[in-house]
Amino acid sequence: MSKLFSAKTREVFLGPLNKNNPVTVQVLGICSALAVTAKLEPSLVMGLSVIVIVAMANVIISLIRNTIPNRIRIIVQLVVVAALVTVVSEFLKAFAYDVSVQLSVYIGLIITNCILMGRLEAFAMSNKPWESFIDGIGNGIGYAWILVVVGFFRELLGSGTLLDYQVIPKAFYEMGYVNNGLMMMPPMALILVAVIIWVQRAKNKDLQEDK
Amino acid sequence: MENIINIFVKSIFVDNMIFAYFLGMCSYLAVSKNVKTSMGLGLAVIFVLVITLPINYLLENYVLKEGALAWLSPNLASLDLSYLAFILFIAVIAAIVQLVEMAVEKFSPSLYASLGIFLPLIAVNCAIMGGSLFMQQRAFLNIGEATSYALGSGVGWLLAIVGLAAIREKMEYSNVPKGLRGLGIAFIVVALMGIAFLAFSGLKIG
Repeated sequence: MSKLFSAKTREVFLGPLNKNNPVTVQVLGICSALAVTAKLEPSLVMGLSVIVIVAMANVIISLIRNTIPNRIRIIVQLVVVAALVTVVSEFLKAFAYDVSVQLSVYIGLIITNCILMGRLEAFAMSNKPWESFIDGIGNGIGYAWILVVVGFFRELLGSGTLLDYQVIPKAFYEMGYVNNGLMMMPPMALILVAVIIWVQRAKNKDLQEDK
Repeated sequence: MENIINIFVKSIFVDNMIFAYFLGMCSYLAVSKNVKTSMGLGLAVIFVLVITLPINYLLENYVLKEGALAWLSPNLASLDLSYLAFILFIAVIAAIVQLVEMAVEKFSPSLYASLGIFLPLIAVNCAIMGGSLFMQQRAFLNIGEATSYALGSGVGWLLAIVGLAAIREKMEYSNVPKGLRGLGIAFIVVALMGIAFLAFSGLKIG
């Protein structure tokens, strides 16, 4: 156990959750992150899919990293990722059809999700499979928790529900409470992520940029 | 013809890649620090979109779709290869980007120098793959519509990135709260631009 979770692997796992978060610090994978967060359920499914795909892709690339010719490595990485995404997409169509309809093209867009290419290039190409696996899980979770937080607030304030259960009591509506329709619009996802960035950087002074 | 113009205008303003679907956000935020480089990247995106999208359209309609192989032999009419779409689309995009890079390097070294590292990076730009996937979802009637969608999306993306770059250049002089500097304020600017673009929703020509 001590060998499996050495200080380095712990750092590799915990770093992406906060100080090295893929979305708010590395600025990766925002493309598909924001569009699916209007409700909590698709955000959860999207987060899970990305965790699985990043971890698997990291392991596969790490296993074959010494046999990939340098010039065509991007295409090799893309093919590995595309194959994994196809599997996940077919799986969702079979077992969670409603969610896969809501996610529409964004499942396919995991292929070009910068988190994947970024982690494969920066980590899996130069590290052993086990560490790459931990790195993939860590970055996947770092991505997923941002999605879940954004999805939570957008669904709660935008439609007063969570996972489609009514959370805000009927009495509130009778007193004049109105759902904030703007929360369902795409721009509010950006503002929520900006708020998360603000809170995070207010706590970690070393993340702040000069200009 | 009217339909083609309608698709073109709608894909610039209403279905804007950035403000409505957040496609290509990574390079959008990373490269939008000055107007000149963002212009170069925007042009490169238009270029690659206009080449790859019609090719993927032909692939989708003559190879991948259910029954699309019927032109080859009637026995293949029941074949549905659409699960191969992701791999084929991304392979086409990666190959085209590589080809375009080599062609530009050979025939126009000055353009190659000005685009620099952006060309190879476009292969993993979500806007390109997203364009192909939306094309598949919307089932355009003919290749003209698909091309006009590609051109419109590209122009919309260029408009968005040049606009953001211009605002960020001006923002050098403003006093932003410490925690929001850089990335945070860029997000908020994009959100405000997106709200402005919401005004176009429902726009229709003809």
